[in-house]
Amino acid sequence: MRDFATLYLDLDSSNRTNDKVAFMVEYFRTASAEDAGWAVYFLTGRRPKRPFASTKFQLWAAETAGISPWLFTECYDAVGDLAETIALVLPPPIETNQEGLAWWVQNVLLGLAKEPEEDQRRIVQECWQRLTTPERLVFNKLITGAFRVGVSQELVVRALSMSSGVPQATLSHRLMGDWTAGSLFFESLLSLDQDASEDLSRPYPFCLAHPLEAAASSLGDLSEWHVEWKWDGIRAQVIRRGGNTYVWSRGEELITSRFPEIAAIGDRLPEGTVIDGEILAWSEGRPLPFAELQKRIGRKTVGAKLLQSVPVTLIAFDVLEFEGVDLRARPLSDRVQILDQLKTTGLVEVPMPKTVNGWSELAAIRDQARDLRVEGLMLKRKSSVYGVGRKRGDWWKWKLDPFTIDAVLIYAQRGSGKRASLYTDYTFAVWNDERQLVPVAKAYSGLTDAEIKEVDAFVRKNTQDKFGPVRTVTPMLVMELAFEGIQKSSRHKSGIAVRFPRIARWRHDKLPADANTLEEIKRLIPD
Amino acid sequence: MSFAVSENPKLLSLTDRGLYCEVGDFYVDPWRSVDRAIITHAHSDHARWGMKHYLCSREGEGVLRRRLSPESHITSYAYGEEITLNGVRVSLHPAGHILGSAQVRMELDGEVAVVSGDYKTAADATCTPFEPIRCHSFVTECTFGLPIYRWQPDEEIFADINGWWQENQAKGRCSILMGYALGKSQRALSGLDPKQGPIIVHGAVHAMNEAYREAGITLPETRRLGELPAGFDFSQAIVLAPPSVQGSTWLRRFGEVSCAFMSGWMAVRGAKRRRAMDRGFVLSDHVDWPSLLGAIEATGAERIWATHGYTNILVRHLREQGKWAEVLSTEWEGEQDASEAGAAEQEESA
Ligand SMILES: [Zn+2]
Ligand SMILES: [Zn+2]
Repeated sequence: MRDFATLYLDLDSSNRTNDKVAFMVEYFRTASAEDAGWAVYFLTGRRPKRPFASTKFQLWAAETAGISPWLFTECYDAVGDLAETIALVLPPPIETNQEGLAWWVQNVLLGLAKEPEEDQRRIVQECWQRLTTPERLVFNKLITGAFRVGVSQELVVRALSMSSGVPQATLSHRLMGDWTAGSLFFESLLSLDQDASEDLSRPYPFCLAHPLEAAASSLGDLSEWHVEWKWDGIRAQVIRRGGNTYVWSRGEELITSRFPEIAAIGDRLPEGTVIDGEILAWSEGRPLPFAELQKRIGRKTVGAKLLQSVPVTLIAFDVLEFEGVDLRARPLSDRVQILDQLKTTGLVEVPMPKTVNGWSELAAIRDQARDLRVEGLMLKRKSSVYGVGRKRGDWWKWKLDPFTIDAVLIYAQRGSGKRASLYTDYTFAVWNDERQLVPVAKAYSGLTDAEIKEVDAFVRKNTQDKFGPVRTVTPMLVMELAFEGIQKSSRHKSGIAVRFPRIARWRHDKLPADANTLEEIKRLIPD
Repeated sequence: MSFAVSENPKLLSLTDRGLYCEVGDFYVDPWRSVDRAIITHAHSDHARWGMKHYLCSREGEGVLRRRLSPESHITSYAYGEEITLNGVRVSLHPAGHILGSAQVRMELDGEVAVVSGDYKTAADATCTPFEPIRCHSFVTECTFGLPIYRWQPDEEIFADINGWWQENQAKGRCSILMGYALGKSQRALSGLDPKQGPIIVHGAVHAMNEAYREAGITLPETRRLGELPAGFDFSQAIVLAPPSVQGSTWLRRFGEVSCAFMSGWMAVRGAKRRRAMDRGFVLSDHVDWPSLLGAIEATGAERIWATHGYTNILVRHLREQGKWAEVLSTEWEGEQDASEAGAAEQEESA
């Protein structure tokens, strides 16, 4: 456990991306395959089920420390993090331990949920006696499911690639979908054999587009570009393999059962096909507002009534696998042709005008986007491959104004007047070059009352720090902010100031890692 | 207005100028000007300007004079040396906080009151160790009076600091080690390994080092910025500086740096994050929770007055243990968390 605890603290205290990667590389090189496998599992944000309520955890800690529950609560208030509070209040350990992360996970953590409460308490207290303060912190975090250390999956993949020589794209692919860190997991993750039996359900890493801020005409000859509508729905991959259909969201969630209409489309696809597209609430030949689709997002199962009032469909825009062959390295123009063959299977198509004479005509088309309830246009280079992550230059989002960005909630403050009891004033942040969240905007309005209540409950549960009326919350919620203008500002830490920021909507479908970067936002500043 | 702190109100009471001994006619660490002030130690929340006459420990005189002015009227006494002021027997005893820090013991008609000032019971090579004093009434600080605060042994912390310095050297980064100019910096210096590379000090730290050296405390060799040749390579150096330099242009000259802060507050990751430091070393000159309880126990005091920190919490805890305890509201500020600490040091960092 010592090495993993050291890694955790190193990552937690480091502000430099390169250092973080170096710490992980060092760990992956020296840890046993079993330990490293579990490290990957936790570092990429996966977690086993919580074995018991955190209230019990607090009581046991106070008891072990020999302090009254009120005193424990005072400590928790001062620290703002349960796992850390417990690690700090406990008396020093009386034994040492030599076991690695895998041992602790497999022999303690995974079995805890099944034990009766009395045994859970005894086991946890015995463990505490054998762990140092940093080890306890990590152990507690693994138990409470609050293990987050500010590295993105992308960063973990980079470190794994550097320590093994396996290409990042292969690693990203292998890390998608449902898996747990079994005994041979790490070896197969780093296997150089590309054909190692990859899980049939596994999606490909999504290729992402950048917002286009430069004049569209700077992209050169329009004939080199493939133009699509930019839809405002849920990005998804539909996989047909081994006689089964799998639907994955970009948040790497398997959503097949939530969208039976999409599953049905998948069932009609030929074996060995993977489609990339957008799920939209759709009625009478056009999308319903995003808020309608949102009614479907949170539901694990959908009733007949909702299926009828908010039907969904798939707008397919790419095919990543056909007849069992990975097409991602083929040019987009080839893939689009194959997709056309597949359109007979029930994929919805909203065609673009066939002939567009030049960029200005295209701009005029883009301006009609609002009527079609689309966000603008996508411009994809016809010769482009399907890349991993956000590669610049080949795929552009040419959105309509206002400017919108995806940002992460980091601070919350109580409102005034009738909302004085609720946390309604939010500060949002985006990622800087060092992969730190820097505040960019305060936003007050835009959420429904029900959503405000939900955010309020979230804030109370996920407070990390309090200073005065302001709470720092665990960065988890992503919201889309809209604003009317943007300019440089030396008064703000981010170096930018936005005009009339407001919450456009809550992006339940996005993870903090998906939020925009400061660099991207700075590019929105007009010259 | 005033109220009694000791059983006999004439021995020790709290007034709006500070803790006052009426019979002896002196104050302890007063916050407004008075004729006669006994100063527990030279930190600015305890040793303020404007007193007609200062009394302090012999060990602490040099430091105090530098903090006040060369003209200040200061009389100093050896630890344990007893003086009588209008019949009150007064003596100073080591508090282990910084060089010259003292607990003030006063006795009248068999009743003993002790004001701890700031103190720690852990070892510190740069000052005389804390000494427990039996008393009836004990005024104790409780800056870190929460069970989350437990300090590691010094050797471990110094090994961490030297290790961090070494890592930075390997990466070609200059190590900036921040802490209070008075006390913390000298204690840290005593634990640095001078064989590892050059130790450079900020002007504010240098001034206090001089006072320590004059008092006979051995510190490793340090250099000031002004003594260094042009083009000096800082990548192997460690620089001791007050916290106010963080984010200032003063840091630019060192090229790539790694910044660390030494404070008891660094025990909690949130505090570290708020300070935006690369590293935090949990090095405190105050008692941690177990030592605080131990020190209170050792006085055998019947009345415990908590001030300077988590007063309400300590009082509630002591009462649960069946002790008599009350909060004493003073204007001593203690080791401040976050930004205020920087502001307090600002004046001397120029
Ligand atoms: Zn002090
Ligand atoms: Zn103080």
